[in-house]
Amino acid sequence: MILTAGRRSFRELNAEIRAALETENTVRVEDVNGQRYMGAAMDKGKTLEIHGTPGNDMAAYLNGGTIEVFGNGQEAIGNTMGGGSVTVHGHVGDTLGYAMRDGEIFVEKRAGSRAGIHMKEFEQMQPVVVVGGIVGAFLGEYMAGGTLIVLGLENPYHQPLVGAHCATGMHGGRIFLRGAFPKENISEHISVLALDEKDRADLERHVRTYCARFGADFAKIMDAPFHKLVPTTSRPYANLYTPN
Amino acid sequence: MMNFTVPDFEVERNPARCISCGACVRQCSYGVHYFDEDGKTVLADESKCVACHRCAVMCPTRAIKIKDYEMAYKTHHNWTPQTQKEIVKQAQTGGVLLSGMSNNKPYPIYWDKILLNASQVTNPSIDPLREPMEIRTFLGRKPKKLEFDENGKLKTRLEPQIQLETPIMFSAMSFGSISFNAQKSLAMAAKELGTLFNTGEGGLHPGLAAYKDYAVVQVASGRFGVHKDYLEGSRFIEIKIGQGAKPGIGGHLPGEKVTVEVSNARMIPEGSDAISPAPHHDIYSIEDLRQLIWSLKEATQYKKPVAVKIAAVHNCSAIVSGVARAGADIIVMDGFRGGTGAAPTRIRDNVGIPIELALAAVDQRLRDESIRNTVSLVAAGSFRNSADIVKAIALGADAVYVASAPLIAMGCHMCQQCHTGKCNWGIATQRPELVKRLNPEIMHERVVNLIHAWNHEMKEMLGGMGLNSIDSLRGNRLMLRGIGLTDRELEILGIAHAGQ
Repeated sequence: MILTAGRRSFRELNAEIRAALETENTVRVEDVNGQRYMGAAMDKGKTLEIHGTPGNDMAAYLNGGTIEVFGNGQEAIGNTMGGGSVTVHGHVGDTLGYAMRDGEIFVEKRAGSRAGIHMKEFEQMQPVVVVGGIVGAFLGEYMAGGTLIVLGLENPYHQPLVGAHCATGMHGGRIFLRGAFPKENISEHISVLALDEKDRADLERHVRTYCARFGADFAKIMDAPFHKLVPTTSRPYANLYTPN
Repeated sequence: MMNFTVPDFEVERNPARCISCGACVRQCSYGVHYFDEDGKTVLADESKCVACHRCAVMCPTRAIKIKDYEMAYKTHHNWTPQTQKEIVKQAQTGGVLLSGMSNNKPYPIYWDKILLNASQVTNPSIDPLREPMEIRTFLGRKPKKLEFDENGKLKTRLEPQIQLETPIMFSAMSFGSISFNAQKSLAMAAKELGTLFNTGEGGLHPGLAAYKDYAVVQVASGRFGVHKDYLEGSRFIEIKIGQGAKPGIGGHLPGEKVTVEVSNARMIPEGSDAISPAPHHDIYSIEDLRQLIWSLKEATQYKKPVAVKIAAVHNCSAIVSGVARAGADIIVMDGFRGGTGAAPTRIRDNVGIPIELALAAVDQRLRDESIRNTVSLVAAGSFRNSADIVKAIALGADAVYVASAPLIAMGCHMCQQCHTGKCNWGIATQRPELVKRLNPEIMHERVVNLIHAWNHEMKEMLGGMGLNSIDSLRGNRLMLRGIGLTDRELEILGIAHAGQ
């Protein structure tokens, strides 16, 4: 089914999408102009194809559904996402995948600040975010689990791969960075390590998915050094307090 | 390192009564009581005693008394023994002082300086034993006006409303900060009373699924346990911005309390710190808060009210006005006497303002701006009895949250050591041997008893004022008079002085 967003309010549009998804498994929405909350809490088995620019909080609380955006995304994509798949053929704004617990987000180009903050994992729930370009400040702030991958492709002005305060307060999960990055932007209590065998296998799997979705060259992407960031402790504030 | 201080408490054991049964040894999780080498004489390391009274209550012969440790200090009103002891603790550890429960400093308690009215002769009082007395409460956005069609049928579309059989709800206490059995007791009591309990930011334990219709679920910066079913299963959703015990400070459940069970409910790995910082890193403005509120409404298809909880702070009336305009249906304000499982002592004791003043100021501000009907106000932060609650409703609250009182009903003795996780009463602990001391089947009945008693007292006070419905009391400040308050305090509370 094909719907047209135009200049309608998000409430009206999302109600129409939800009604359509009652009977259809795939809904295509055209001429999207910043309408918020598209695909919020959408269930497994449902697919939303978005043409244009979806507004903030797209895929919030996503519950297993699949969203593909042909255009750029805005802020807070995948907020508290509980599972499913998001693909953005373009750039995205700030707070990508806030507190995301499961599922995958693939962004073809750049992401803004605070990507992957509060990301979590739990048993089989292992979220992954792959950003093809560079990212802004506070990547993986308070990250508690899952995998963040920043590839830094197409960076003609040689801007830093990650912005300032990368991984502040991180206490779980891992971040893979491709190529050079400014060491001074990496926070204290973070170890920069080489990838082990399992890391490399996971990385290759995710990069292959990236290449399949965006038509990138796998060999070219892998022909660069990768580093892994992990927290030095899962208890960063263990000795902060004194019982009174 | 040498400890420079003397104990806080002294354990007095009456040898004529002690039968060396060892009950106290088994009961004390702090390791105060122990058998001497002879295996018969019971001794005490009182430096570990926190005055939770578990041993004294459980002693079959009433042989134990806990006393203040008597120690003369050269008189000094500034450098009190407590002040000195806290310095010594920090000198030994270099740590931020951490306390449990609520602000214990002697700030004014305005509830005790407000008096209620009663009818005499005209507009006679009503006897709740003989006449119906309405304390049923509805929370949610109310319309500005109601419209009816020619058949008298309501035309105005109402926003979702929460029906409570009492204006008393149980405040947010996460599974993690309190035990499963303590949370289950509150859930069972809420169901029986027709009110709600609140999961805090700890997720909903699968063992409480049967009580989800009586659950308020919290969404805070860490988003612990937040997923579609959690949101949809709740009665309403509460975004936690702040908490009265620690305004400006976030939640932090240390890894040692993240047991398998807690990790399941929060959906995080066992043993990892659960950090929920004070700032939501996606909220930097009222507009950002609006985005989160509406994302939750979208995710639950506008079927549930969304509440926002803030701590009562200096500019709370302007803040609440913004929160109301952001689309919150219910606003919770938590005063500086609100409790907590753990807060930095200095924050707990020095930040925020009394709920009495905040509530009066906020209710007035929302009325002045003609948006009072758009939100329900829930007051929190240490309601000690039914009279406090009646006064809060007259100052403008739609309902209140209570937590310390039901915990005391379950055995809490206010020792303020929740942060240690060693609660001998099975409340603020995750140790299985302590948790099993609290039987939800018995304890929920005590909580139900307490609220039933308060309900009846509230009805008596209402009846005394000549009112037969709690709605007639909401924001009815004519029923209040101040005693011993300054003109400025009376002005903020919006009440006259006794005798006026």
